[in-house]
Amino acid sequence: MVDTSLSKKKDPDQPEISLPTLKSQRTKMGKSEDSEKKKIKDVEISVPIVYGNAAFWLGKKASEYQSHKWTVYVRGATNEDLSVVVKRAVFQLHSSFNNPTRVVESAPFELSESGWGEFEIAITLFFHNDVCEKPLNLYHHLKLYPEDESGPMSTKKPVVVESYDEVVFTEPSESFLARVQNHPAVTFPRLPAGVTLPPPVSIEDESKKKRGDTKDHPLSQWFLNFSEADELLQLAAARQQVQAHIAKLRRQISLTDGQNQQFKPL
Amino acid sequence: MDAKDILGLPKTPLPIPQEKKSRPQKDSQRKPDGISREVYALTGGVAPLMPSIDVSQLKRRPPSDEKITWQWLPFTSSARKDDLQLYHWVRVVNGVPPTGDYSFAKYNKSVDVIRYTDEEYEKYLTDPKWTKEETDQLFDLCERFDLRFIIIADRFPTHRTVEELKDRYYSVSRAILVARAPSPGEVAGHPLVKEPYNVTQETERKRALSMVLSQTKHQERKDAEVLAEAKRIAESRMAARAAEEPDLPVPSDVGPESAEGAVGPGDTISPSNVQAPAAAIAPSTSVIADNASTLASLRMLRVYLRTYALEQMVQAASSSAGLRTIKRVEQTLQDLGVNLKPKVPTKAVCAEHLELRKEILTLLNLQKQLQYKEAEGSSFRDGSYGDMPGTAKRSQRAADQDRTFVPDTISFGGDRVVKREQKRKGPGRTSETPSSPAGAHKRPRKMKASDL
Repeated sequence: MVDTSLSKKKDPDQPEISLPTLKSQRTKMGKSEDSEKKKIKDVEISVPIVYGNAAFWLGKKASEYQSHKWTVYVRGATNEDLSVVVKRAVFQLHSSFNNPTRVVESAPFELSESGWGEFEIAITLFFHNDVCEKPLNLYHHLKLYPEDESGPMSTKKPVVVESYDEVVFTEPSESFLARVQNHPAVTFPRLPAGVTLPPPVSIEDESKKKRGDTKDHPLSQWFLNFSEADELLQLAAARQQVQAHIAKLRRQISLTDGQNQQFKPL
Repeated sequence: MDAKDILGLPKTPLPIPQEKKSRPQKDSQRKPDGISREVYALTGGVAPLMPSIDVSQLKRRPPSDEKITWQWLPFTSSARKDDLQLYHWVRVVNGVPPTGDYSFAKYNKSVDVIRYTDEEYEKYLTDPKWTKEETDQLFDLCERFDLRFIIIADRFPTHRTVEELKDRYYSVSRAILVARAPSPGEVAGHPLVKEPYNVTQETERKRALSMVLSQTKHQERKDAEVLAEAKRIAESRMAARAAEEPDLPVPSDVGPESAEGAVGPGDTISPSNVQAPAAAIAPSTSVIADNASTLASLRMLRVYLRTYALEQMVQAASSSAGLRTIKRVEQTLQDLGVNLKPKVPTKAVCAEHLELRKEILTLLNLQKQLQYKEAEGSSFRDGSYGDMPGTAKRSQRAADQDRTFVPDTISFGGDRVVKREQKRKGPGRTSETPSSPAGAHKRPRKMKASDL
């Protein structure tokens, strides 16, 4: 649930919007620790993400060991800034790389390298303290070569493989909810009746933050579009077909049952 | 010796006098002193591993310095109020008869029935349903018969039930105790005060008991059946509710079905899962419990990926299906043009995907059912089991015309469906197949009439 009216940011460098203060009788500013610990049951909050890589063939400049320049990244599904939720991302590369453990402390969470081989990259997302103490692992198989092997390789058009997923947080803390209440990167849930949130406490110095969203990212023109509508339609059509078939079978079964009744052996 | 004679073997070389000596020795070895040979033989003729009776005790005689006689002597008992003298045999040692009271007098115990004075009666014990005379009579009888109320009721002049008599006696005694006690605290521990007699409860209890005792065999059986059924339902409800408890603090008493529909964001089960017929409550509840436990474990994770959650839910839903069935589900998905793993796994998409998979499982189960029934039908018509495979195929092909998008369905010849599939009931399996599921696996010609 994204509040679209607020997505038009006043200041493009400051995607974090100051939230309207809530009149909460329960907590005061001084009790921010309590609200960090206080979890709301039966509520889940999810963050849609896309992760993958874009790889450019270096063409004439390609050497045997550096044939491609690639970037692996994790971005918000709608290109919003993930740093509201993600504290840092750690990319674990193939051991043949120098310092294969690469840590990225701020959005956009990406890593660029050059090489020739395709391998699995483990991406570990660490979240802010009030979000979740446990990190989450993603696995992405780095793709450099196009599917169609016979086609020409282009230095202009990258090979892009992306996966859509959603990070689900169960029983989020009040402070987390308050902090991300109107943030476009987050799918905010419907709160159960009677739950009010404390006033949000910002976790970092807003003036220091650099732009974390990927809307104008150099690679953004290659980003894939993920539309749930298409998939939903597909699934709905399939279900209809299956349900019709089930109904038919049920009729046939009762018919056969009736027929069998007449022919019971002695 | 005879045997040796028969065999013509030489007799034992022992001379006869020596034989005689050795025999008594052997005899004493063979049988212990103290008990006769026959009795010893009863125990098997072998010495026990742990002799329970000390052999030396067996034929102990009284010390020879004592002179024992038995005499017919009179006696009195302190238990008697009169001075009746009776006679009995007495063991006299050295001319001295035993002293002391009659040995059974100590068993003459009686109940301590509290008697009230007339004053006390006027003050504390009046009751509209009881006259003083009646109460007096009651207490007399109680004392006389040591609170044997059945007898008291029998002898009571006016017609009163045992419960009424008990009630009157206990309430009167209680009232007197309390009245006579210097302070209420002192009698509080007395059993009469602590646990008052509850007339209605007793009447009810006895009535119920007599009902149970007088039940016919038929009724007994029926009761047992109903209780077993109730127990089963309660247990399955408990299982479902226990599985749901961690993630459903919703305080509703409604059964697992509707509670499932009310779950918040974490739930991906749609109510359609719950439309199984009532007769199949146990199987559908177990599937719901499966899903509920998956939800619970997901919740424990605190953070997880939607795709991971979907995988877990799919696994839980297919837990009752064998590998072959799962492959067929996937094939069906492909034929329908659906991605095996959704490309855009949002919450809604994952929910739809899961439902679709479950529906396909139902579809496959129904197909199997139908084929089985058609095979049954053709076996009846043909009347000979030997023709089974061919006939089944013919009827199957006719039915195949409709199933365009589903690939090659079961052919009786080669299908070896894993038995595992049938053991636990999956979604959509209704009570329409009362016959043993195991029958579906065997070649039709092995079907027995008892399967029907």
